[in-house]
This record gives sequence, C-alpha cells and structure tokens, in this order.
Amino acid sequence: MAKSSVVTKPRDILGNSALRPDGAHKVQGSFEFTSDLHAENMLWGATLRSPHPYAKIMSIDTSAALALPGVHCIITADDVPGKSTYGLISSDQPVFASDYVRYMGEPVAAVAADHPETCRRALALIVVVYEVLAPLTNPEDAIAGSFDPIHPDGNVIRHQRIVRGDQNISGPIVVEGEYVIGMQDQAFLGLEAALAIPDPDGLGLHLHVATQWLHEDLTQISACLSLPAEKIRLTLGGVGGAFGAREDISLQVHCCLLALKAGRPIKMQYSREESFFGHVHRHPATIFMRHHADANGKIVKIDARFVFDGGAYTSTSPAVLINGITHTQGPYKCDNATVDGYAVRTNNPPCGAMRGFGVVQACFAHESQMDKIAVAVGKSPVEIRLINAMVTGDPLITGQIMESVAPVARCITETDAIPLPALMGETVNELSLPGGSGLTASRSHIVRGIGWGVSMKNLMYSEGFDDFATARCTLKDGVASLKFATSEVGQGFVTLAPQIARSVLGVDEVILEPIDTQIGSAGSTSASRQTWMSGGAVDGACRLVRERLFHHVGKQHSIDPLRLVIDGTDVIDQVGTFRYSVAEASEGIEISETFEHHHRATEELDANGQGNCHTAFAFVAHRAVVDVDPELGLVKVVQIATAQDVGRVLNPLSAIGQLEGGIAQGLGLAVMEEIIMQNGKVRNPSFTDYLLPTALDAPDVVAVMIEEYEPQAPLGAKGIGEPPCISVTPAIVAAIRNAIGKNIERIPVRPQDICL
Amino acid sequence: MSANEFYSLHVNGKTMPVQDSWVGESLLYVLRERLGLPGTKGACEQGECGSCTVLMNGNAVCACLVMAATAVNSEIVTVEGITSESTLTDVQQSFVEEGAVQCGFCTPGLIVAVHHLLEKNPQPSEFEVKEAISGNICRCTGYGRVFAAVEATIRSRNEVK
Repeated sequence: MAKSSVVTKPRDILGNSALRPDGAHKVQGSFEFTSDLHAENMLWGATLRSPHPYAKIMSIDTSAALALPGVHCIITADDVPGKSTYGLISSDQPVFASDYVRYMGEPVAAVAADHPETCRRALALIVVVYEVLAPLTNPEDAIAGSFDPIHPDGNVIRHQRIVRGDQNISGPIVVEGEYVIGMQDQAFLGLEAALAIPDPDGLGLHLHVATQWLHEDLTQISACLSLPAEKIRLTLGGVGGAFGAREDISLQVHCCLLALKAGRPIKMQYSREESFFGHVHRHPATIFMRHHADANGKIVKIDARFVFDGGAYTSTSPAVLINGITHTQGPYKCDNATVDGYAVRTNNPPCGAMRGFGVVQACFAHESQMDKIAVAVGKSPVEIRLINAMVTGDPLITGQIMESVAPVARCITETDAIPLPALMGETVNELSLPGGSGLTASRSHIVRGIGWGVSMKNLMYSEGFDDFATARCTLKDGVASLKFATSEVGQGFVTLAPQIARSVLGVDEVILEPIDTQIGSAGSTSASRQTWMSGGAVDGACRLVRERLFHHVGKQHSIDPLRLVIDGTDVIDQVGTFRYSVAEASEGIEISETFEHHHRATEELDANGQGNCHTAFAFVAHRAVVDVDPELGLVKVVQIATAQDVGRVLNPLSAIGQLEGGIAQGLGLAVMEEIIMQNGKVRNPSFTDYLLPTALDAPDVVAVMIEEYEPQAPLGAKGIGEPPCISVTPAIVAAIRNAIGKNIERIPVRPQDICL
Repeated sequence: MSANEFYSLHVNGKTMPVQDSWVGESLLYVLRERLGLPGTKGACEQGECGSCTVLMNGNAVCACLVMAATAVNSEIVTVEGITSESTLTDVQQSFVEEGAVQCGFCTPGLIVAVHHLLEKNPQPSEFEVKEAISGNICRCTGYGRVFAAVEATIRSRNEVK
C-alpha cells in the first residue's frame, strides 16, 4: 500500500522544472488513489443522511436493514464510544445526529456490508422518523435573533468588528454596493475515500485516508473513538485534489467505527452526490461596502459589513470571517475603517475552507468598489489601483504593518504590459464564441469587455495559532531520505522536497518515505503554506544534516568545517583545493536530523479588530478580456493576463500549473459554479447540474512571475496556491460590466443577470 | 449480493471471466473491482467528467454509463491497455514533461481520450483538441498544460515523420 518512491533524475535542484516523481504512475493509471485500495476480507461502508435541513429525530429503526443478507453491522450515535462531536475549531458537529438533524445530508447512521449495492439497499431499509421543522436559512435571521437557537452554541458563530482611525471622516467621493457571493464547491475529482484496517487484537487500527492534515484527523478521530492516539495510525492514501474540502472530518470517524465494530477492514467511498453533502463548501456571503475617496480617487475610509453563512456547524467559519474582514481594504492603503463581520449558523450546508478562504468574497466586493471609484473620478481601472497601491511598511486596518515584500504596483503594471488578444475575427472558430458548443451566439451581437482585479492574500495561519511543520532528513551513502506528514494533494510537494534536498545536500537520489503519522505534524495542506512551512522544515533538516556531514569530512581531512560548502554534488573547501563527492563523503555513515519549522508568532485581534493577526501576504493582479452575447447572457472568457508576486520561483512548471489551475476555479465562480439552495435544500448535487469549467471554457492565460525574494520565507518563496483564484473572479465580472454597461453585484453571473 | 452471474469481457486484448458478479454492475465497477484494472477512475457516475473514459469497439465511452453485462461482445481498451510495461507512450511522456499532471485523478481518462483523438485525427486543430477533451474535467490544471502536452505530442510525431 504505502510505497517509497525513488527519485533518480539528476540535478533537479531548486529553480528547475523538476518533474513529478509520481507522474509516470499517474499517466499509466497505476498510481494508487485511496479509492483504489483493497484489503483481504474487506467490507464496504456507506452513510445514511438526513433528507431534511432541520428536523427532530423521533426514532431510528435498523432492524429490517440488519436482517438483509450481506449486512454486517449498522452504527448510529449510540455506537460512538468517545466524544460524540468533532470540529476543527469548535467541536460542535455530531459524528451522527442523535436528537436533531441541522442540514440536508447530515449523517444519521452508517452500514457495513459485502457490496456497495447491499449498502445502498440497507440504507433504504433504515427507518428514521423525523418531526420536520422550519429551517433557518436566512443569515439575517440568525443575526437578528429572530429565530430560536438551532444549536446549543447559538446562531451566531462569531462576530468581529474592525475600528480604525477617524470614524467620522468622509470624502467628496462616496460609492457603495451590496455584493453577493454564491456557494462554490471545491469539486475535487477524487471522491472522499478511506480504508480502515483494525488491528488483530481489535484495540487499534490503521486508517488510509485522503486528507489535507493527517495529525488533525488523528486528534479528532482519537477523541471520538476514545482510543489513545498511539493506537491509531494514519497513512495518506493517494489524494485526487482537495482545495480545502478535505480539511474537515468527513468519513474518517464513521469508517474507523465500522471497522472496529465489524472486526474487518472497511472501505468507504462517497459518490459524487454524497460528496456534495459530505464536505464543507465555500461560504456564501453578502458584503456591503461604502468607500469614501478624495477627488483624486485615493481611499479615505471604508465602511463595510460582512455576513458569512456558515451553515449548520462551525468548521472554520471563525477563521474565514477574520480573513474576510481583515482583507476589506484589499492591496490598497487605507487609514480609516469601520467593519462589522458576522459568521452565522443556519440550516444550510456547513461551509468552511476553500482555496482563497474568505478573501475571495472580500476581493469581489473591494474590487467592484475600486471600479466605482474610478468611474466617479474619471480614472481608468489601472490608474485608480496604482494611486492606491499598498507598499511594504504601510499599516493595515488591523494596525499590523505590512512587512512582506509588497510589489502591488509592479503586479499591476506588468499585467498591463501584457498584450491584449486580437479582436474576434470572422475566422474565429464558432466554438470559441460565447455559448461554445451550443452554437447559439450570433457573431454580430457579441461585445468585448476588459476588467481588472488585484488582491492581497494572507499566507499561513493567523490569530496566534502555533503553526509548524516537521521533517526528517537521513543521509546515507550519498542518498537522502525524507520523511514528513505533509499531505500531497496534487500541488507538488513531493516534487519540491527532493529539489530542496538536492540543492542543500548535493545529492542526486532522494527517497520519499511514506506520508503518515509516524513523525510530527506538518500542519495542513492549506493557506498556501506547505512550500513555506514543510519546505522550511525539509530545508532545515537538510541543513542540519549538511552541518554534521561537514564536521565529519572536516575531521577526516583536517579541514575547518566552516570552510566547507556544497558545490554541485561535491563537498569543497572554498579557500583550498579539496574536493570530495557527497557520495564518497557520506559512504558508510548515516546522519539523520529532524527539524520543526515554526512561522513567527501572530496575535489575536482585540475588540476593535486591532492586532498583528497575520503572518505574511502575497499579491496578484488579473486582467480579464471577455466576449459577451448580451441578448442571450452568454460569456466567453477570452484571455486572462496576470502578474503574481511569488517571491522566488522554485519550480517553473509547478508554478504555472498553480496559476492556470487557480484561474480556472476563479472563472468557475465568476460565471458558472454555484450550489443552488432552496429553503435549506441543495438542488444541484451532481456534475450534471453543478457546472465546472471544461477545456472549451479555458481562456488563454498569459502569466508573469514577479520574483522579489521574500526574506521572511525559508526559501525566499511565497505561497502561490491561493492568489490565482482570488482576483480573477472580480476581473471577469468587471469585464462583463465593461462589455454590457450594466452593474452586476452578484457571482456567479448568470445569463439572466446579463440579459434581463 | 447474489453471486450467480457469469460472463466474460474482452479487455485489452484478453478474455477475462467475470465471476460472482451482480448483473447491475457498471463496466467501471467491474473493471476496477473485479478485473484488477483500477486505472479507470470514477468521479461523477453520470458521464459528465470523463475520468472513466475507455475505448469500446474503438469509441471513447464513459465506463460508468455502460452496464458491464452488455459489453460482453465488445473490445474494450483501458488505460492499462494503452500502457506498455517498459516505457511511457509519447502522450504519457508529454503529460509528465509538460506539467499536465497534478493530482492525476482525471489523467488516465485524458490519456485515453488524447490517444483516441490522435488516432482518429493525427493533425487536430487547437479547437478540435479542446472539443475532444471537453468531456474530461480537470480541476487542478485549468487545462493549459494539458493543451501543451497534446501539442508537444503532435510536434514530436511530426518530427519523426
């Protein structure tokens, strides 16, 4: 199952486009995803979910289901031996609902059986009697207190204000809007999956799972199972994408409980429909913003109110809220602000982490506002952004000083310098017109628009969380082995880690040990943090090993180890002629070191939203060119130009992949992706009805990497995963507005928003 | 499930007996769970995402939409049938070298779709490429590197000629 992979391609050091060590297996279909795992004597597990957004459970009768041939066991809330709830920030989500169900799709029971079809039939035989209740679906009702608490913890998950500077100041220019952001799904391709194998003594187990954070899963599973953490081993199964949706517990606890009860290995794997109910989504939000500006368009003050719909359980809502409100200003100078933010509980599906984490919502609002200021003062979108652009050393509305490299103006000007695409000619293939293969648009009606978006995004964790990553490096006979618990979800840390080891140690061959809980935590693969955090840990461990290697060589050859450096694959005396290959130097010895990388401490916000709550920031600019058919309301995104602040490019091929992939997700939110809710019910839980960008929707992407070495970052490189999907969305919407001359304040933009 | 159905499928040039199966199983399920061919992936069960693309009598189909028992007289080719043990095909090599693989879950379906396209149409236009793979959803790459990989394959085939 867990295999070590050997990386032998020479001199794939930092800065080069090293290829993925798992690439060959992935193109051949032989890479083992979690859903591909099997075990002897394995049973299948499946979950019964609530059909109601809010209801009281009167009774659960499993007898008919248990009598079905092939069914081995059924578990409900009564079978949870430990803590009955879990959660990343607040443990408020039941493993199984026992008294109330609070969202459509909430787990009520789980079954283990010999075949997935037996599972489906068994679930249909479980009789749950509900007393259906009127759901709380409007976040404003949660804030107003007009609805009885739907959870013992109340209907407001978190409220936070930011009060900064002169509260009474105004400017000659005032623009405002109320912006609405729909619920987006991460829609990773590899559905939730796990394989739990109980120990022969029944006192522990081994869980193979597709997750973003093995150690956090372990902590939550251990509490629910009432088993000590050392009795549970977690190994990362192959992960088919994540984008935030694998940060919360989904099937982990259910799968383990079934395995322990059945005494046999259990495999669980969600269907696409179940996946829509089984993981958190991007928060839908309503954001009011009012900008006061001077006659030149410089921001004087911002008033804002944020409402994030957290759904039935907390997940990461408190952190998403803080990310949203602390990014009210975007990448612009602002001395005065009054911001009110709520994350509330409703009977809608729980929402939590998705790429961009609260900043996506804030950015759509502040970028729409920037364009309104530009119009009001008669400046172009580029001019208005340049005169407000933040620089290093500026105070944020939280009072935190921007200490990161902040090339905001450069992101804008380098994006602006990218040539615009040619106008649509008569020869353009009709598939490239708005409407695509529907072939519905008329060439003569199509209008083109250009729009801008610029964003700031915090990197790593915030608000005083001691965020760290662990790695071990072992050097033996010229080969380095790396051990870490960093979730590889497709982003390419398995490519980067060997590049770091080759650069620091001068080795060629790097072995990656299995990714599991047999070493300290690496933290989550989220918040654009693993290159910085786990990269920093691998770099630190390799440096410690190198120091010991230099001492060893120095002692052997009577050279001061401080004079030794790595040159290519050799150890050399930088002031002498000594040269010795790393392979020879490490022959017959084994040096192993473990390193924990912690980022600098952060603080919680005070009651006025003041405090150094974030670690670091990255910036990006996007310019969108769209063709629109105003009569049919159809949009084709023609080109996205972008310049992104990356610190330093460690792998050009991986970097461009992150930029292009993020842009496609931002395009999805701009014009097609939305989980449609109706009175607490999800109306489109399938890939037939939830639309995702296809190859025909992909715009031409022209990207520039802005490389300004970030001194805070262990490798000089900023996280690059989230920024690409943030400001591209408002850029596309701005381009649509530019094309049709109509204000649009809601995403995704639907045909009726354009043509009606 | 009742273990009383028996039939054979022709997969990757071999006749493979399917034992103990339930007649309602999809071709995707049988390939993955009964015939030891997990390269074909399932991600939507509705023929929307293309992760389960296989060739059936020379046509690209979604294995999730085909009942296995109805495929008994068809020639089926999966990603494993395209793959040789010793080397990567030129399409596979280009996907690795051009960065068209991230999480890799959509990749086997794309590999089958691109092989199929280039077999039917060795010199596709940019739009023919996009149309041919528009049934294969990739959530990681945004498709840019996938287009680059297809272009690189076509270029290398043209150089060989």
